[in-house]
Amino acid sequence: MSCTENKARLAERQEQWQGMVDKALARFPERKEAFATTSDIEMKRLFTPADVEAIDYNDEVGFPGEFPFTRGVQPTMYRARFWTMRQYAGFGSAKQTNERYRYLLDQGQTGLSVAFDLPTQIGYDSDHELSDGEVGKVGVAIDSLADMEILFDQIALDKVSTSMTINAPAAVLLAMYIAVAEKQGVSSEKLRGTIQNDVLKEYFARGTYIFPPQPSMKIITDIFSYCKDNLPNWNTISISGYHIREAGSSAVQEVAFTLADGLAYVDAAVKTGLDVDVFAKRLSFFFNVHNNFLEEVAKFRAARRLWAKLMKERFGAKKASSMMMRFHTQTAGCSLTAQQPDNNVVRVTMQALAAVLGGTNSLHTNSRDEALCLPTEDSVRIALRTQQIIAHESGVADTIDPLAGSYMVESMTSEIEAKALEYINKIDGLGGVVKAIEAGYMQQEIGDSAYAYQKSIETAEQVIVGVNKFTIEEAAPENLLRIKKEMEIEQLESLKAMKGKRDAAAVAASLKELRQVAESGDNLLPIIVSAVKTYATLGEVCGVLREVFGEYTEA
Amino acid sequence: MDKKIKVLVAKPGLDGHDRGAKVVSRALRDAGMEVIYTGIRQTPEQIVATAVQEDVDSIGLSCLSGAHNKLFPKVVDLLKEKGAEDVLVFGGGIIPDEDIPGLKEAGIAEIFLPGTSTEDTIAFIKNNVTQA
Repeated sequence: MSCTENKARLAERQEQWQGMVDKALARFPERKEAFATTSDIEMKRLFTPADVEAIDYNDEVGFPGEFPFTRGVQPTMYRARFWTMRQYAGFGSAKQTNERYRYLLDQGQTGLSVAFDLPTQIGYDSDHELSDGEVGKVGVAIDSLADMEILFDQIALDKVSTSMTINAPAAVLLAMYIAVAEKQGVSSEKLRGTIQNDVLKEYFARGTYIFPPQPSMKIITDIFSYCKDNLPNWNTISISGYHIREAGSSAVQEVAFTLADGLAYVDAAVKTGLDVDVFAKRLSFFFNVHNNFLEEVAKFRAARRLWAKLMKERFGAKKASSMMMRFHTQTAGCSLTAQQPDNNVVRVTMQALAAVLGGTNSLHTNSRDEALCLPTEDSVRIALRTQQIIAHESGVADTIDPLAGSYMVESMTSEIEAKALEYINKIDGLGGVVKAIEAGYMQQEIGDSAYAYQKSIETAEQVIVGVNKFTIEEAAPENLLRIKKEMEIEQLESLKAMKGKRDAAAVAASLKELRQVAESGDNLLPIIVSAVKTYATLGEVCGVLREVFGEYTEA
Repeated sequence: MDKKIKVLVAKPGLDGHDRGAKVVSRALRDAGMEVIYTGIRQTPEQIVATAVQEDVDSIGLSCLSGAHNKLFPKVVDLLKEKGAEDVLVFGGGIIPDEDIPGLKEAGIAEIFLPGTSTEDTIAFIKNNVTQA
């Protein structure tokens, strides 16, 4: 039978089936009048070959490890090696966090991921007045190289890869990491890891900005340039949709705004004279994975394909490695419920499975108690075990991109790609990401989606099990992890003691030189590396940069 | 006609998670209240200064970073210093149950946890606010 005959037959049979559906609907109406995803993409009753007719397999789907990477970035994917199991962790002091890291590595985790406290993320030392009450709360407190040495004590930095969620002060923490490695006898070219270093999303979704956009972009491109020569195996940025989604965006907005940020970084780097085929291979991405399983799987596939095309078309990238989107995924913190928290294990399992079916390169699974507090050791172990069970027991890692070819998944992949591109073009029309941030465009879009989602929960159109349906009376949860009050005091004491011991003249000289370099516009990395080695604190280094570059405030 | 209830929604401390604060602001506005949102990274001093200047009836504090035990009571204390103790202060965020009694004792009228319906927050303000 010819292709045309087949199509005609399909159309005919679908019409017959529609007749059957109409009869069924007359007797039993469906649960909803219309079904849609979080991005308001219609979930049709049934997808058929007609929905994927326009998708050219060779051009749009292709093969793993090949452009446009829809099916994954490696030719053998998880058959060679599972994704990196990387649990984001950090709380209290460097010593406490070091203990948690060594526990996680003992339990089979394959990469580290550092959570810093808010003062560290905003470039304040623990003794700054704005740090009061925040020290060691959402992550580990790092004031100087002395803390960083304790954080990685007995962890061989040539063996482990480390991801650091640090943005505005990324250069300073990276410098400290380089210095700790040097003390361990590990040279910087051997270091593997990632700094988040994605300041743009801080302005509209996460909030830990320090400097205005222009100097921020300058520091970021300084890092690209320094790492290309000194840390060839380091991911210089992790362009993050995670927080955009947590702030309330839809899946499509997450892809669109993340890629728009990515384009802005590439554009800035190219404008400083860097060759796209030299630095682009070290760009990495970070996504959220939420509850709508099929939309999420399609989202990852769409993001990879769209990025590959944009790098090729807009920047003339030639090497495959410049076009392949490698990404980390974290399950959705905002989907966790404080009610019946054990149910979160199930949510995380489904989300993690979607990330794996979407071809993630690395994964963090949230712990069940994170709507209540920082996760306990027991909860973190269950979260890690969830990944291990998916990897070793489910069988889904044994073949590549197994949902490819599903009429629904392929159709949704194309739909998400098209809608995300519409947003990107719209942002271009506004004059790019920075202009769009200043105009409040992304903030408004995300706010609208967040509010619509909340309304859908309150009208119970969106059921959240245990929250607006299937609720029970519960006792207050017990055995939560708390940061002791003494921790903050101890941190202040150790900071004071460190300042008493260091060579004050060397610190002053390095800070003076830092100011000169910042004013001159030269690459900041070499001087930041030498400043942190004198035990100049994070707050001192960022303080100088604050004076030179100014501070950003929300409009 | 009754005067509109005026609410200051504020983010004390360094926490940047403002999804909840923004959603609540919008819900209160839709419920007919006048709402001022401070934006993130406000000190208790800044929050109280705004509250006094704008003569608000209520303050909603949002904090997801765990710094609530320090920051929330400080806002209440500063309000007292300014003679504005009649302002109804409530809070929300990732707040362990065991902290709630202490916060209430410090003068925070109510703490709303994840999963709270904005309807509940609206009803609470309407029932408890004292308008001048």
